[in-house]
Amino acid sequence: MEDLSSLIDWSRAQFAMTAIYHWLFVPLTLGLAVIVGVMETIYYRTRSQRWLAITKFWMTLFGINFAMGVATGIILEFEFGTNWSNYSWFVGDIFGAPLAIEGILAFFLESTFVVVMFFGWRKVSPGFHLASTWITGFGATLSAAWILIANAWMQNPTGVAFDPAQMRNVMTDFWAVVLNPVAIHKFIHAVANGWVLGAVFVMSVSCWMLMKKRDREFSVRSFKVATWVGSIGILVTMWSGDGSAVDVAKYQPMKLAAMEGIYDGQNRQGFTVIGLLDPEVKPCCTGNSDVDPFIFRIEVPAVLSYLCSRDINAFVPGINDLLSGHRADNNGTEYRVPSVADRIVSGKVAHDALRDFDRAQAVGDTEGMTTASQVINARYNDFGYGYLSSPCEAVPPVALTFYSFHIMIIFGGYLLLFFVMAWLMLYWRPRLLDVKWLQIAGIATVLVAWICSEAGWVTAEVGRQPWLIEGVLPCQAAISYVSSGSVALTFTLFALFFTLLLAAEVSIMVNVIRRKGATSDYARLSDK
Amino acid sequence: MLTYHLQVYWWFIISLLGAILVFLLFVQGGQSMLLSSRTAMQRTLMVNSLGRKWELSFTTLVVFGGAFFASFPLFYSTSFGGAYWLWMLILFSFTFQAVSYEFRARKGNIYGTRLFDTLLFINGCVGCVLLGVAVGMFFFGGEFSVVRGNILDASSPVISRWASTHGFEAICNWRNLLLGFTVLFLARTQAALFFMNNIADDPFLYRRNRRTLFINGSVFVVLFLIFLAVLLTATGYTTVVSSTGAVTFVPEKYKFAMNYIEMWWCLAALVVGVVAVLYGFLRSVFAAHWTKGIWFSGAGTILVVLSLFWVAGYNDTPYLVSLTDLGSSLTIVNSSSTRYTLEVMSWVSVLVPFVAAYIAYVWYKLGAKPLTPREMESTDHKY
Repeated sequence: MEDLSSLIDWSRAQFAMTAIYHWLFVPLTLGLAVIVGVMETIYYRTRSQRWLAITKFWMTLFGINFAMGVATGIILEFEFGTNWSNYSWFVGDIFGAPLAIEGILAFFLESTFVVVMFFGWRKVSPGFHLASTWITGFGATLSAAWILIANAWMQNPTGVAFDPAQMRNVMTDFWAVVLNPVAIHKFIHAVANGWVLGAVFVMSVSCWMLMKKRDREFSVRSFKVATWVGSIGILVTMWSGDGSAVDVAKYQPMKLAAMEGIYDGQNRQGFTVIGLLDPEVKPCCTGNSDVDPFIFRIEVPAVLSYLCSRDINAFVPGINDLLSGHRADNNGTEYRVPSVADRIVSGKVAHDALRDFDRAQAVGDTEGMTTASQVINARYNDFGYGYLSSPCEAVPPVALTFYSFHIMIIFGGYLLLFFVMAWLMLYWRPRLLDVKWLQIAGIATVLVAWICSEAGWVTAEVGRQPWLIEGVLPCQAAISYVSSGSVALTFTLFALFFTLLLAAEVSIMVNVIRRKGATSDYARLSDK
Repeated sequence: MLTYHLQVYWWFIISLLGAILVFLLFVQGGQSMLLSSRTAMQRTLMVNSLGRKWELSFTTLVVFGGAFFASFPLFYSTSFGGAYWLWMLILFSFTFQAVSYEFRARKGNIYGTRLFDTLLFINGCVGCVLLGVAVGMFFFGGEFSVVRGNILDASSPVISRWASTHGFEAICNWRNLLLGFTVLFLARTQAALFFMNNIADDPFLYRRNRRTLFINGSVFVVLFLIFLAVLLTATGYTTVVSSTGAVTFVPEKYKFAMNYIEMWWCLAALVVGVVAVLYGFLRSVFAAHWTKGIWFSGAGTILVVLSLFWVAGYNDTPYLVSLTDLGSSLTIVNSSSTRYTLEVMSWVSVLVPFVAAYIAYVWYKLGAKPLTPREMESTDHKY
C-alpha cells in the first residue's frame, strides 16, 4: 500500500463528512419529535383543531428532515465495513452488537410508527396516533442511545479482552459496554442537545412568523412549547456536559489538554474562557517547549482543576506532561504515568509477543503461546502505541480541538441566555415578542445552535485522534485495503450528493414555512 | 448451548433477514416501474402505495448489515472493505431512495419531481441487481485473502485484501449477474402483485399490472430456472477438519445439489416456496379478479431465499469461497463472533417476534383498505 497516509486521510475525511452531515439532521429529529409529541398531546387532551393544525405543521417539517437523517445514517453504518474493515474485524465482536441491537430495537420502531404519524390520521384512533408519535420519538432516542454506546466504547473501551489466538478483541461483559459512564453522559448530552436544537429551530421559525405578522397565536403557542422543551434541554445539556468533561479528564487526558490548549500542566489549572493559540507553539516532542501557547487568553483561575477533579488544587496534565510522563495521584496514592515514548516501546514489545504467539500457535508450542500471551496481557494497554513511530503522533490536532470546544462552550452559553430571554418575553414582557431586533436575533439563533452542536462533535472526534479506539487501535491500523483514489472519489460523490440534497431540503422547508396556506386556516379553526 | 449451535442459529437469523429483505424488494421492483406509468394519478397511486412500505425495506437492509456485523464480523470486514465499489453503489442507490419519496412532490423541490422519480427508478433497478450480485458471491465466491497476522504489518496493516477491481469483478461475473437480474424480475413481479392488492378503484391500472405481472413473472421464472440449474450443477467446497484441527476446503461436484439432498428441510422449503410463488403468480394472471397473490408469492419468496442461504452456509459449506486463496474462505465457524457475543445477541433476538408482531399489526391497521384515487385527492399528506 503505497499511499497509506493518503488513504487514512481520505477515509477520515469521508467518515467525518458523512458524520457532520448526519449530525445536521439527527438532533433536529430528536428535538422535533419531542416538541411534536407535546403538541399532539395537547391536541389529544383538548381536541382543539388549532393545536391539531400546529401539530401537523411541525410534523411536516419533521418528516422532511427525517428523510435526510435516514439517507446519511445508512452510509455511516456501512462505512465501518467499507472504509474501516480492519476495525470491523479487530473489535467487531464488541462493536457490532450495539449496531445490531439498534437496528432490531430502534430502527424498526421508528420506521413502522413514523408511517402511522404521517398516514394514520384517518386510519387509527387519536390515542393510537398519539402513541405512534411518541413511539417514533422514543425509537429515534433509543437509536441514539445504542450508537452512542458504540461511540463511547471507542473512547473508553470496557468489558473487553484481547484474544491472541484470533488476533482480535472479544467482549467479556456486555453490561460494562452498555453502562460505560462515558456512554451515559454522551447519550444524555447528545439527546438534550437535540432538544435544544429542535426548540431553537421552532422558536426561530416562530420569530420569523411574528416578524411577518403571520398568525400570532400559532407562533406564540409554538414558541411557548419550544421554550419549555429547550429550557429543559439546555440545563440537561450543561449538566451532562460537565459529566462528559470529567470523563474526558479521566479517560482521555490528551484530548482534554488539546481542548484547553494546555501544553504544560499545573496545579490549580485555570479554565480558558476565550483564547487565541500561537500557531508556532508545538509539543515538546518537536523540541519546542516552555513557551506560552496563547497569544491572547481570558482565564478563570483554578476552575479546570475543580471541573475535572472537584478539587481546585488538583493537577491537570498538559500535552507535554502526557508526552514525557508525569506524576499523578489516585486517592492519595502517587504513581507515575509513563511517557508516550515508553508506551511506544512497550506496545512494540506487545506486537513482538503477538508474532511469537502466532508462530508458537502454528507449531502447537503451548508453552511458547503461554509465555507470549502473558507478555501481551501485561502490555495490552500500550498495544495501540506500538503502531506509532513517534510520540508526536499521539497528539491530536490542537487548534481544531481547542477552537471547536470553545465555540461549543461560548455558543452554549449564548443559548442559555437565549432561553432566559425567551422566558422573559413569554411571561414577563410579552410585547418583547414584537421587537424586531429580538425577532431577527431569534431567527439567527438557529445557526448558533447548529454550529454549537457540530462543534461539540468535532471536539469529541478530532480530540480523540489518532485513536479509533483509545490506546488500542490508531486509525492507520483500522483501514480497508482500497486505493486512496477510490475513497477520494466516493468522498467527492457523497459530498456533492449530500450538498445537493441539503439545498433541496432547505428549499422545501423554506417553502413550507413561507407558504401562507400553512397557517391561513388557523384563525378559522375552533379552539374547542 | 455449544458455540456451533449459536453460529447455526445466527446464520438462520441472517438468512431470515435476507429472505424478508428479498420479499420487501417489491418496493424497489415497484420503483423500477414508475417511469412507465401512463397518468399522473397512476404514478401517485403507485408511489404512495410503495411509500408506506419503503422505510421497512430500507430498515431491513440496515438491520441485515448490522446483524452480519455483530454475528459474522469477518464477513463484514472482508466483503464490505473488499468489494468496495459493489457496496458503495448499493449504498448510493439506497440514499437515493431515502429522500426521494419525501421530496419528490413537495413544493420548493428545486430539482423537480422527475429527477426524484428517476432516482427511485435507479434504486429500483440497481439496488435489486447489485444486492443479487452480492448474494451471488455466497455461491460463486470472491477474490480475496485473509491473513490475520497482517495486523502487525506497519506498512500495510490490513487483514482482508480483495482484488484490485474491488467488487467490479463480482459485478462482471455472469453467474452473479444472473442472480441479480433474477432478483430484479422477482421484485418487479412482486411489485405488480402488491399493486393489485394495495390499489383499488382503478380498473385500468389493475389490468396493466396484470399484464406487467405476466411479462415480468415469465421472465423471472425463466431466469430462476437457469439460475437453479447453474447452482445445482456448480462445484462447491466442503470444509474438512483434520484430527490435528487443520482446516481445508475440498472441492465437491454438485455441492449445492448435495446440500439440498442431505438437508431435506432445505429441499422442502425450496419446493414449497417455488409452488407458492408460482401459485400466487399464475392465479393472479389467469383469475378474473384475485388480489391475494402477493401473500402467496411473498411467503414463497421467503422460503426459497431461506433455502438458498441455508445451502450456502450449512452442511460444512464455506459461504464465501476465496477464489484467490482457498484457505481464506469464510465459514459460519471461522468468521463468527465469540460465543459470549452470540449469546448476548441471541437474548436480544428473542424480541424479534415482538417486533414482527407490531409491524404486522401496523401494516394491518394502515393497509386494511386499499388506496384509491379518491383517497389520494382528499388526503393532506401524500408523496
